Amino acid sequence: MDYYIQGILILSGINLMAVLGLSLLTGFTGLFSFGHAGFMAIGGYTAAAMTVKYHIPFIPALLIGAIVASLVSALIGVLTLKLKGDYFCIATLGFGEATRLILDNMQYFGGARGWPGIPAYTNFTNVIIINIIGLILLANLIRSKHGRNMIAVREEELASQISGINVFKYKLISLMISAAYAGIAGGLMAHYMTFLQPKMFALTKSTELTIIVIFGGLGSISGSVLGALVLTSLPEILRAFSNWRLVIYGLAVIIIMITRPEGLMGGYEFTPKSMKKLFFNLKEKRLKKSAGR
Amino acid sequence: MNLLEMKNVTKHFGGLTAVSNVNFEIEKESITGLIGPNGAGKTTIFNLITGVYKVTEGKITFDGKDITNKEPYIIAEMGITRTFQNIRLFKKLSVYENVLTACQYNANYNLLEAMLYLPRCKNQEKQLKEQAEHLLEIIGLIDRKDFIANNLPYGLQRRLEIARALSLNPKLLLLDEPAAGMNPDETAQLMNLIYDIRKKFNLSILIIDHHMDLVMGICEKIMVLNFGCKLAEGTPIEIQSNPKVIEAYLGVEG
Repeated sequence: MDYYIQGILILSGINLMAVLGLSLLTGFTGLFSFGHAGFMAIGGYTAAAMTVKYHIPFIPALLIGAIVASLVSALIGVLTLKLKGDYFCIATLGFGEATRLILDNMQYFGGARGWPGIPAYTNFTNVIIINIIGLILLANLIRSKHGRNMIAVREEELASQISGINVFKYKLISLMISAAYAGIAGGLMAHYMTFLQPKMFALTKSTELTIIVIFGGLGSISGSVLGALVLTSLPEILRAFSNWRLVIYGLAVIIIMITRPEGLMGGYEFTPKSMKKLFFNLKEKRLKKSAGR
Repeated sequence: MNLLEMKNVTKHFGGLTAVSNVNFEIEKESITGLIGPNGAGKTTIFNLITGVYKVTEGKITFDGKDITNKEPYIIAEMGITRTFQNIRLFKKLSVYENVLTACQYNANYNLLEAMLYLPRCKNQEKQLKEQAEHLLEIIGLIDRKDFIANNLPYGLQRRLEIARALSLNPKLLLLDEPAAGMNPDETAQLMNLIYDIRKKFNLSILIIDHHMDLVMGICEKIMVLNFGCKLAEGTPIEIQSNPKVIEAYLGVEG
């Protein structure tokens, strides 16, 4: 495959991993986060430290990065998840920026100058495999009772509590899993770019991830996949328009939000069953129409 | 033995006393009514029993265990569930998903088993799905199982909320104005449903309602609240002839 296209796909895959995690948190649990770049940074720097400084193999290093990101998220979660409404969102925003600033000042990791010389372990194959595993685990989780509990929390907190669901616990679990996914994405990114710089994990990165989740449709894994592929490759496809590409990118997002406020997929999934149902519904509609005449 | 006991329960909201010094018992497998004028503190009592509000003073025991100020989800797991005055369904989910979500009292597979879809998860999920469908059949919603909850007619939304509460296999069901906004015909259907539920699930029911024919018709015992205090307690006939109750509801001349 063309090296350039492969590169775009790898970047989409890295974004997708973070988006899958955020999709669980925002789309299925109903919590907005503007600090996921922070978890990516923690995962990325930890994984890179493992491979560069401790010579640990790539996959275990990724997992360690995910675990560290997850643990940090647990700390944030315990402190902020009891807050109601938008306060959690604001707390994550603060966390993301704080993480970036701390890394800016950590000379051990190169500080604001960045950290070059990370081995290039990430390739097309392992990105695809990791994404597929991530997808399957997430889909299984969402179809289970734990996933249903998270969706219930999103829909109606009080009713969830009355139905025996520990709302705080499920918000925390969702946040931790979500941060682990972001951590893996960060690790993949570190070993793809072979260079880390705190600037890569600024607020714009967090916003980009949230935009992808909303663009694809809250509460839909297929939507997140589609969103990550489209929105990561769009600026690249539009590279020919140089200065105008970000304008077009912005317009594309705005148009989707106006014409389909529920996002591209809007809570639906691409599965054989759903496709069959869609087909059946269309047929029924047509039958009803002809009967109406 | 009594299923639920409230001893000297008081609830203050700042300077306002919503419930003051209420003593109250619910017997096993009984249907009890809770009536009173608007603002008497009926729903506050429900919120205190289910742990949504914290008790200021007093003690609530359920099935011999102290449940005062426990978290709502723990109380739900112990066997008290409720419906709400203003229906609180999982609006965007289907009827089936609403019931399935609450149907989990004997599924104990953990997160990892769920993510890897291991046999224990698979088997228990299958069981849960059967339970949910069985419950929908009993409650008479099986033919609308794929409807989105929000699109159901009002009466059926109430019914679904009761089904969701029942899927936790409760020992005590609290119904907060189940007949609100229903016509006499629907109210009669609801009465039958409540009788049915008690028979099939062997549970106790506590009802708040303003429809006197419903409350007087099905309750074995009634408690009357007024301004947060217990005004009277007794059988429907005793309550109907109690001068204090008549005064609270109709006022007194002169």
